Amino acid sequence: MKPELEPTIQALTKTFNSQVNEFRGDVRVTILAESIVAAAQMLRDEFDFSLLSTMTAVDFWPEENPRFEVIYLFTSVSKILNLSVLVQVPGINPSLPTITGIFKNAVWREREVWDMFGIKFEGHPDLRRILMPADWEGHPLRKDYPLGYEEPQFTFNFEEIDLRKPYAKE
Amino acid sequence: MTQLQEVSVDDIKHLVSERAIQGETVLLNMGPQHPSTHGVLRLLLELDGETVVSCIPDIGFLHTGIEKNMESKTYAKAAVMTDRLDYLNTLGNNLAYSMAVEKLIELDVPDRAQSIRVILAELQRIASHLIWLGTTGLDVAAMSTFLYCFRERESILDIFELCSGQRMMTTYIRPGGIWRDVPVEFEAAVRAFIKMFPKRVDEYEALLSRNPLFLDRTFGIGSVSSEQALNFGMTGPPLRASGVKWDLRKARPYSGYEQYDFEVPTRTEGDVYARYIVRIEELRQSVKIIEQALNKMPLGPVRSSNHKFVPPPRSEIGVNMEALIHHFKLWTEGFSAPKCAVYNAVESPRGELGVYIVSDGGPKPYRIHWRTPSFDNLLALPFMAKGVLVADLVAIIGSVDIVLGDVDR
Repeated sequence: MKPELEPTIQALTKTFNSQVNEFRGDVRVTILAESIVAAAQMLRDEFDFSLLSTMTAVDFWPEENPRFEVIYLFTSVSKILNLSVLVQVPGINPSLPTITGIFKNAVWREREVWDMFGIKFEGHPDLRRILMPADWEGHPLRKDYPLGYEEPQFTFNFEEIDLRKPYAKE
Repeated sequence: MTQLQEVSVDDIKHLVSERAIQGETVLLNMGPQHPSTHGVLRLLLELDGETVVSCIPDIGFLHTGIEKNMESKTYAKAAVMTDRLDYLNTLGNNLAYSMAVEKLIELDVPDRAQSIRVILAELQRIASHLIWLGTTGLDVAAMSTFLYCFRERESILDIFELCSGQRMMTTYIRPGGIWRDVPVEFEAAVRAFIKMFPKRVDEYEALLSRNPLFLDRTFGIGSVSSEQALNFGMTGPPLRASGVKWDLRKARPYSGYEQYDFEVPTRTEGDVYARYIVRIEELRQSVKIIEQALNKMPLGPVRSSNHKFVPPPRSEIGVNMEALIHHFKLWTEGFSAPKCAVYNAVESPRGELGVYIVSDGGPKPYRIHWRTPSFDNLLALPFMAKGVLVADLVAIIGSVDIVLGDVDR
């Protein structure tokens, strides 16, 4: 761990009772879901992590509690540091508080996580689907969502499949 | 059956002003099939006369599910999909992915491969900036730059074809090194290019930099301050044009960038013209890096000799039984990575291109997330577009330099 990162880690551990682990130089801090807004605020205002590099989720289905892991990657441009903050989310009614008030690019990042994983963000100003069409069903990056395929047509089931194929109308 | 999706004003009520509901302003679609949106980007514009009141980007038309697809492929096979993300920065995507995998399995990369990677990544940066320069010129009605830029880009694509046999979808940079050593003609071709190119940059500048028509269209348009740019998550040239000196090649050097002497150009205005100047200067700096890398390029192997992860050369397979076993195992099952997660980012022509890989200990990535720079850079568009004319909006979209394959993944 870089020595510049230590005060940040100590403050996070003290305030939010977080767990810290490190792998190949990437430091990851796990905190509780309800403290993410306060943690993001603290990282930006007190420790100069002014850039939310990315934000994404991982689905650990069939685990149910916790099923999702949401990762926030903060970058400090002035001190050249990276810090990942992890939050665990249960599979039933997954939801998190929004950090759009602190980082503007979370507006789209959270929409993407909602679209792809179905994790709701409480207080988000505009939580619509972003990459999939508005009338899409399901959340594609969940592990219980199948990778799409086309049914092979043979002579015995040709007609049956042909009937439900989506052809464009005249 | 094709479905028509009904969208009522109620769905987007919170995004437009009161006046749109009362019918005082006009809602107008720009795109998805519009030449100035640089791909399939749809913008819903609320217009008062010709002034943009609000701008609502609608993305996802080019969503190909690459992240989901990669989860079902081995690490080696997933590398081929990386080209398809940002199709103007194919070698840069290969590099970002390969470095993330190398970090995950702690694989060494020979020095010669590192030099070749840097040369190719910088050539790719020049090629990408040339497309940007050409299309931005076209957007503000400067036709000739477009033709000049594509002429030079062609010679870069010829170099890529020389190395890999492909002009765009190369998959030349792979975990552990590069696919094969560059041919003997490579060095002469690159040297000829870097000798010719600086003069060509002067030509572009002569056409645009002091052109009063170009200045009118770009100066003071779409300004973003440094705090706002960071808050919007902008990286790359748009961030540097706002005065933040943030370039991953300097901040966290990778692939041997620390050996090369180059500047990170910045401006403070943050407008369309500042982004233009920053990118033009980057073209010159890239030439400088390529020249140094060519001079320092050592001889030696170009792929790691750790055959647990990197396929052995073809010549060994016929004579060495272990090599045959490795070859068979790597192309059927693939190699397994330790159970963990890594994040690795490189500086793409558009900004911070990051790959987040989560491994469950198996031969396939459990989850891959691409932090693509265009996604965050585009997010600031509604802010930049507020109160400008529709014609200026076109210049702003061009200056952000988005690639929709990069936005939608």
